[in-house]
Amino acid sequence: MTDENQKNREETEKPESTGPESDTNKSKQDSGSEAKKKGKSRKKEKAKKKSDDRSKLFQLDRQPFILAPSPHQYSEDSVPKIMWSVVGAVAPAAIMAVYYFGFPAVWMIFACMASALGTEALINRVKGEGYTIKDGSAAITGLLLALTLPPSFPVSGGIIGSVFAIAIGKQVFGGLGANIFNPALLGRAFLQASFPVAMTTWTAPNTAKFSTVDAVSAATPLGQFKFENIMTQYGDLLTGNIGGSLGETSAIAILLGGLYLLVKKYADWRIPASFLGSVFVLGGIFWLINPAQYPDPIFHLLSGGLMFGAFFMATDMVTSPITPKGAWIFGAGAGLILIVIRLYGGLPEGVMYSILLMNSFTPLINRYTRPKVFGEVRA
Amino acid sequence: MKFPTFNKGVHPSEHKEFTNTKSIEFMPAPEEVFIPVQQHIGAPDEPVIERRDEVKTGQVIGRSEKYVSSPVHSPVTGKVKKIDNFLHPMGSKVQMIQIQRTGDDDWDLLEHPDDWESASVDELRQLVWDAGIVGLGGAAFPTHVKLAPPEDKPVDSFILNGCECEPYLTSDHRAMVEMTDKILTGMSIIMKVLGVENGYIGIEDNKPDAVEAMHERVQKLDLNYQVMSLETKYPQGAEKMLIKSVLDRKVPAGGLPMDVGTVVNNVGTAMAVAEAVTEGKPLIQRVVTITGNGINEPKNVMARIGTPLQSLVDFAGGLADDTTQVFMGGPMMGMALYDLSVPVIKATSGIICTKDKSVKRMESYPCIQCGACVEACPMNLVPTRLAKFTENQQIEAMEQYQIDSCVECGSCAFVCPSHIPLVQWIRVGKYRVNESRNKQAA
Repeated sequence: MTDENQKNREETEKPESTGPESDTNKSKQDSGSEAKKKGKSRKKEKAKKKSDDRSKLFQLDRQPFILAPSPHQYSEDSVPKIMWSVVGAVAPAAIMAVYYFGFPAVWMIFACMASALGTEALINRVKGEGYTIKDGSAAITGLLLALTLPPSFPVSGGIIGSVFAIAIGKQVFGGLGANIFNPALLGRAFLQASFPVAMTTWTAPNTAKFSTVDAVSAATPLGQFKFENIMTQYGDLLTGNIGGSLGETSAIAILLGGLYLLVKKYADWRIPASFLGSVFVLGGIFWLINPAQYPDPIFHLLSGGLMFGAFFMATDMVTSPITPKGAWIFGAGAGLILIVIRLYGGLPEGVMYSILLMNSFTPLINRYTRPKVFGEVRA
Repeated sequence: MKFPTFNKGVHPSEHKEFTNTKSIEFMPAPEEVFIPVQQHIGAPDEPVIERRDEVKTGQVIGRSEKYVSSPVHSPVTGKVKKIDNFLHPMGSKVQMIQIQRTGDDDWDLLEHPDDWESASVDELRQLVWDAGIVGLGGAAFPTHVKLAPPEDKPVDSFILNGCECEPYLTSDHRAMVEMTDKILTGMSIIMKVLGVENGYIGIEDNKPDAVEAMHERVQKLDLNYQVMSLETKYPQGAEKMLIKSVLDRKVPAGGLPMDVGTVVNNVGTAMAVAEAVTEGKPLIQRVVTITGNGINEPKNVMARIGTPLQSLVDFAGGLADDTTQVFMGGPMMGMALYDLSVPVIKATSGIICTKDKSVKRMESYPCIQCGACVEACPMNLVPTRLAKFTENQQIEAMEQYQIDSCVECGSCAFVCPSHIPLVQWIRVGKYRVNESRNKQAA
């Protein structure tokens, strides 16, 4: 017995083998009367062994290895990378806004982004959860909201809208990833309901460069067609030399940023494809039936907030479906609603509402477009 | 020549350049080995030797009565030092047989036929069983069970899995280049046991030299196996994905390859079968890729089962000072280790040592519903939903969303921009579902 104990102790104190430690090295099994005899000395040995084991545990000669569940390799993407990339993609449209509408655009963009970030930071602080503004999602909400507003809309209104967009459109739902509606569009809808006149007063480009006082009001191409039957040239629609909200005017600037997002796969290409596609097809059908009454499909594509909405708003990851089939349905549905609003609704423009309405269908679409599992036999 | 691939999947960076041109080095037998009594799916073995027994290389040291099990053998000639619970790579303590080497190999070979082509199928299958051969692709399923499909599941095709889709690993690659004939012999033996005529060899196209080598030998030996170069995409090497790419058949959910008339075996397994049948050698060693930027001399090693990892690491030049992580297997499905005293087991395809900064603790953002995981999952699941259901303990929803079909390949967690540990959530979910099923059955 003594030999056994002796040997065990030696094995513990001098671990020469590179193999794993066995159980009996760590615990002492002893039986019978011998234990009582060696009571005190055993206790001492046990205590010494315990401290030996303990010290061995913490006396590592190198830093401990990182333990984590698999996988141990990751793709390059991250949430902040995506969000700030979207900010970058929207930048060309923002630059064109400043080009056509001058300082008012700068103030609006700055104010909206600052108040969006500020609102989120304040709510973060109140919740005590750590600041989330670094991830860039509040920044993008502020920027997008600013670009959907008319150039002569008061900055104070923009701030109110941003606060609403972040606080009610996003944080109240639970923060990033939890909201149902596109926060920027929700903010805009709030402003539309609260300040209907100011939200539908448009400015001609290149007239409000230094202050909104100098602005010359002008209707948007859509408004002109619907209410005055005046057509706008494609050239103007593409470059942005038209009335409209800050960001929606230059189709080329929007396409530049939009295509970047598609290539990076930060926006599901199926959504702009189906949104623009269904508008084109449905608009085309109506135009073929009565070209005098209805605008041609290209006009539909290039006018209003459709390009901007299709590439930057409808593609918002949080509020759009997660399945490919769902993305097709989402875009097509938005297109259908948009045509109905544009041709039969009271307003000349309806991109905001078409997207918000489809947002509400996203959870349902997700559930019903669940892909068929590999090898699944569905009854 | 490109062939159809499977749906979805991901493209992790390959990192194969560390070892894909390095010939297999035979590591000398270590001074001490630790053989777990369970290195396979199925019932654990009982030791059939005792402390202080002398054992020869290849001698049986553990066996089970059960059919779905596999014996273990001594990889060295020596003396049994201790039979006790030791730390296992999976993190818990498992019964292992510790053997101290006392000299050079004195082989205890299995009885094997002089000419396997004239041996009976039963004889061959028994030999595979006695040799302790299990699936060396990583799952360690007893091969003799796989080679005996029931009568109501007729098998018409056999696929040799040379994909090695995990990044870093090159053990199968080098085996295909350097031990081509042995692998093909093994494949022929397996096909004879199964009684199939259609043989396919699936290899990812990032190993053109392996494809070339296999193709050349198949032609020279006049075998009518089809060597297929498949699109390099993870997880091409997963059984179900491989069968889809090679034969365009879908294994039914909850089913096995034999349900679509197929059997798949890894290249290493085929090699072990050849060695057992033609030389009488039981499974006591395997090719292990030890690699990564955290090891000083990355290489492919023919290592004995039971070799303590520290010895293997020393053989490969030792760890770099700032190594932060060591894991067994590939980066997508491998197991992180915290102690290098654990042994090489039959399922050890590779040991990866890295000092990447990206291995640092990562912040998890909430799910932004981007759908990248849906786009990546080769089994067509919705990983983000499964993770959510696990979090909210929605057992029924997990079953409805087919959580059982998850092969835990890691593609979803790989692409997630929010760095959510999706696979881990799904593993927990599966556990909870099984728990609830057991409770109901009770």
